[in-house]
Amino acid sequence: MNESENLLEVRGLKMHFPFHTGSFLNRKKGYIYAVDGVDLHIKKGETLGLVGESGCGKSTTLRAVAQLYKPTAGKVMLKGRDLVQLSQGELMSARKDMQIVFQDPYASLNPRMTTRDIVAEPMRIFTKAGILSMSKAEIDERVEQLLERVGLSRFFKNRYPHEFSGGQRQRIGIARALALKPDLVLCDEPVSALDVSIQSQILNLFKDLQDEFGLTYMFIAHDLAVIQYISNRIAVMYLGVIVEVSESAELYKKPLHPYTQALLSAAPIPDPEVERKRQRIILTGDVPSPDKVRTGCPFYDRCQKHMDKCKDHVPLLKDAGPGHQVACFLYHDPA
Amino acid sequence: MTDDVILQVKDLKAYFKLDEGLLKAVDGVSFDLRKGETLGIVGESGSGKSVTNLAIMKLIPTPPGRIAGGQVIFDGKDLIPMNDNEIRQIRGNKISMIFQDPMTSLNPFLRISTQMVETIVLHQGLDKKAAKEKAIEMLKLAGIPAPENRIDQYPHQFSGGMRQRVMIAMALSCNPEILIADEPTTALDVTIQAQILELINELSQRLGTAVILITHSLGVVAGMCDNICVMYAGRVVEKGSADEIFADPKHPYTVGLIKSVPRLDKENKQRLYSIPGQPPNVINLPECCPFFPRCDRAMDICKSKYPPVADLGNGRTVSCWLYGEGK
Repeated sequence: MNESENLLEVRGLKMHFPFHTGSFLNRKKGYIYAVDGVDLHIKKGETLGLVGESGCGKSTTLRAVAQLYKPTAGKVMLKGRDLVQLSQGELMSARKDMQIVFQDPYASLNPRMTTRDIVAEPMRIFTKAGILSMSKAEIDERVEQLLERVGLSRFFKNRYPHEFSGGQRQRIGIARALALKPDLVLCDEPVSALDVSIQSQILNLFKDLQDEFGLTYMFIAHDLAVIQYISNRIAVMYLGVIVEVSESAELYKKPLHPYTQALLSAAPIPDPEVERKRQRIILTGDVPSPDKVRTGCPFYDRCQKHMDKCKDHVPLLKDAGPGHQVACFLYHDPA
Repeated sequence: MTDDVILQVKDLKAYFKLDEGLLKAVDGVSFDLRKGETLGIVGESGSGKSVTNLAIMKLIPTPPGRIAGGQVIFDGKDLIPMNDNEIRQIRGNKISMIFQDPMTSLNPFLRISTQMVETIVLHQGLDKKAAKEKAIEMLKLAGIPAPENRIDQYPHQFSGGMRQRVMIAMALSCNPEILIADEPTTALDVTIQAQILELINELSQRLGTAVILITHSLGVVAGMCDNICVMYAGRVVEKGSADEIFADPKHPYTVGLIKSVPRLDKENKQRLYSIPGQPPNVINLPECCPFFPRCDRAMDICKSKYPPVADLGNGRTVSCWLYGEGK
């Protein structure tokens, strides 16, 4: 694989959160192994979809990539620079290339700021820090451009977030993320809170912006159909690790990992005829708590095809075809 | 056919008086529910699907809300004029409900046993011991492992999926004739959603319960429902069997909705369709078709009058000027 064409490369990313339980005298310390060794790369102009159930560590991965959390271990290489090793000042200039769109368009916009201030804030901060040099008039003009580009009227710039609907707020969030002309946009479930008819508008907006500005996305969603639509490649996460990575069309045609297979079969398809003919794999039980060090496959307890070796060996992500990697002993033996 | 009808909703209206004006959350909704049927009510947020079902159960907060008209006929009786005592005989007993968020619909301070036994004692007249046995049996039926031990635990000791199972066990413990499920799986993950839907399907078939399933997910409706009502801005715009609606949607809104959902089983290479514009604000809605500003087949008449219900036969109705006499 050519290293230089990767915009983002993540190696061995771990994010463990410490917690304390027990009384004052009988204190116990433990860790939540939210992300436990994630490797991934995103090429320039590509969309990598990250999919998995709640608690699988997909949002934590995104936040650790954005350096909103200081990773416990691992490297996050953006344009060849390891973000983990950067000083505060260097990190700030690196953040210009990397912006986030959040899930909840209600919580992620400051209710006391006007739309103009929300979208202008990143430019003002970076101008103040001396990384950008934009005059007030330039910033104002760019705010108007951005609002119109994301499908809002420039006359909305003096309004407050509560005057907008959920879909419109998400458009403001997108305008803000684009303000610094980033290369990489990290999208943390940006369409999950939206209604069906608005969801497709926003998905199309993401696609158009990508074509126009050559953006690279890391896109999280729990809806598999959404992920398939938006992504070039998909990484499936379970309990803090990636269990399968593949081209998006290939993943849906030929899912290899038993968890991916179950996930795909559980996703409802809006067609009664198809639904009647489908065989569902219904998983038993819930996702286990990520507070233990695992000695075997994380999916062992819920897997219908588990074998003895899955209990004592952790499967690693290995090639299983062109551009298709899977962490499962059905496809390779423990080394 | 009509003998099978166990719930008849006729021209139901629920209005809320707000500072901004009159909010017609539900404005003339009619449908029939037959024995053993699963009816899906689909719509986006604000379309009035939840309020419709709160109105059926007479759970609309008054004021600001009120039921402004219509009938809900269950067992030959209209529920709307009933007083609190009368409706309590039915609510939770003959018609029960499960909600989206199982954490907020269970009392966090009470053990599961206390909450379940209370319902069963009240409605079925069993003594406490027998009621607890019944509760354990229901939890077992709902797929909760070791129900004898878990029944004495508190809601926070259950996971999201397990809590929803408790809710289902509780709702079905009085053998209701109708189960209203308001977005029962929206807060859950896909694999857990599949478990819960399977459970509702299996139990309703075994106990012969009719189900009203409220959801925004077309996928869930396609897999679960016999018949569907599509709601938009407080009204039912299209009604019919699930097969027909998905195979041949009539109302431009339904057409757009089905086209705008990305599908797993198709390669989504072409651009997704999207309905332009925003859902309308239902406060002070004018008397036109509320969908006309977003409709790609809008005509002049759509701007001036709400379309009448056109009967397309076979239980299929649609409210659109493109069909029926308006055509």
